[in-house]
Amino acid sequence: MTGDIAARIRPCRLLDTAVLILVIVVAWQALYEAVGDVAVTPPLATVVHAGRLVQSPVFWTHAQATVSAFAVSLVIVALGGVAAGLALGFHRFSGLVAEPILAALYTLPKVTLYPLVLLVFGLGLSAKIAFGVMHGIIPVILITLGAVRNIDPVHLKTARVLRLTPLRTATTVLAPAVTPEIFTGLRVGFSLTLLGVIIGEMFASQRGLGFMLINGINTHDVPTMTAVVLLIVLFAVSAGSLLLAADRRLHRR
Amino acid sequence: MSKVARAQLALIVGFVALLELLTRAGVIGRLTMIPPSQMASHLLGMLRAGDLDSAMAQTFANIAIAFALSVVVGCLGGIVIHALPRLRRVLDPLLASYYAVPFFVFYPLLIAIFGLDRWPLVLIGFAFGCAAMVIATLDGLDRVPAVLRKVARVHRLGRAEEALRIVLPSAAPHLLGGLKLALAYAFIGVIAGEFILSGEGLGHAIAYAYDSFDNQTMYALMLFVVMLATSLNVALHVLEQRVLRRRRRA
Repeated sequence: MTGDIAARIRPCRLLDTAVLILVIVVAWQALYEAVGDVAVTPPLATVVHAGRLVQSPVFWTHAQATVSAFAVSLVIVALGGVAAGLALGFHRFSGLVAEPILAALYTLPKVTLYPLVLLVFGLGLSAKIAFGVMHGIIPVILITLGAVRNIDPVHLKTARVLRLTPLRTATTVLAPAVTPEIFTGLRVGFSLTLLGVIIGEMFASQRGLGFMLINGINTHDVPTMTAVVLLIVLFAVSAGSLLLAADRRLHRR
Repeated sequence: MSKVARAQLALIVGFVALLELLTRAGVIGRLTMIPPSQMASHLLGMLRAGDLDSAMAQTFANIAIAFALSVVVGCLGGIVIHALPRLRRVLDPLLASYYAVPFFVFYPLLIAIFGLDRWPLVLIGFAFGCAAMVIATLDGLDRVPAVLRKVARVHRLGRAEEALRIVLPSAAPHLLGGLKLALAYAFIGVIAGEFILSGEGLGHAIAYAYDSFDNQTMYALMLFVVMLATSLNVALHVLEQRVLRRRRRA
């Protein structure tokens, strides 16, 4: 029965996605027709140009620079963010003190702090990583903190009633309770860290996709700029969809 | 003053004092950062001389328009998407990875469409704020307890009445959270847009000071932006807490 429904839903979902992509492509083409090629290239030409870019070694050195900076940032964001979020969540008072401050920091336009980051870290890899971490870590901390705080007190009481040891409580009650929310936090952190790294590259680097973008803007190389945006968006959306699907599965359990 | 607020104050004052000490003692070089007291006095001087008036007017107006647009369009968009589950399923991955897209790169495109005035900046702020509001609205509508919807049916409430008495109160915390985020993102979008690409406004003033090695002005302006963002955030936080407290009592 359920298999039957799933079989019926899946082609329908594919069709919906295809329609969405079609709508986006049509809107893009319309935009090009309206604006002309001063700021954007049409979809087909962009895909062709992106295909050529992907075959060039220059692109891959840039992409590799971005990926390695992104990977380091992401590890720092995930480990640091979850650890800080857990600590602040379990220590109630610190959590109450830190949460509004972190929320305020989160709302800062971090781009404007980039001169400070450059002055502290210098140009290059560490500045990019710092930028990625600055953008990504606070939501991870805040969402983890919220997950810990929202653990149903009944669950903790049950653990006490069953006289579970702290270790068993952590593995059988706490971990399952907070894991889905923490994953959501990491998913959000993923997107924002990517944004941070790319913005960092736009100013603080001579390498990476962000640099390709700003270089495209500055030299008015519209085809490259549009193609790089397309590639970044494709990467972000496909990674985002995978993470979202995993997220859904975790939350459903 | 509560214990929490005292601890927060102590933390912030301690941090500023530490920065002051480190910069005065030369542990952090003058070229890297100037003492916070100098930032503040330079900022006061600029404010008093009216150097920032036009930039501030420009920036605040842009943020206000971007915020208002985000809230209205985001909320309506959220309601429409919530009503169409099929559309929502398709849009979800896009919403989930929305904030990974560096919208600033569309600025040249926006200038080509709208010309060199405020609208490209407003639209970047709007693009940032709108998705947060859509997501918050969807969350809020999702969390309306099914039993309350049933209550509405039992009492035969009309659509408008159900929206007003059932949906709005139960979705309110999420909507408020959305307002807070939308304001923050509009703020980020506009100022970052100015910083990167525009020739006007507070963001541009920071970039200009940085490019001309004017550390005094740059840090004064950064302090200003940080204080602005913080006070906006604190104001909304207080408002949110007040609404939540009233709900808890009710």
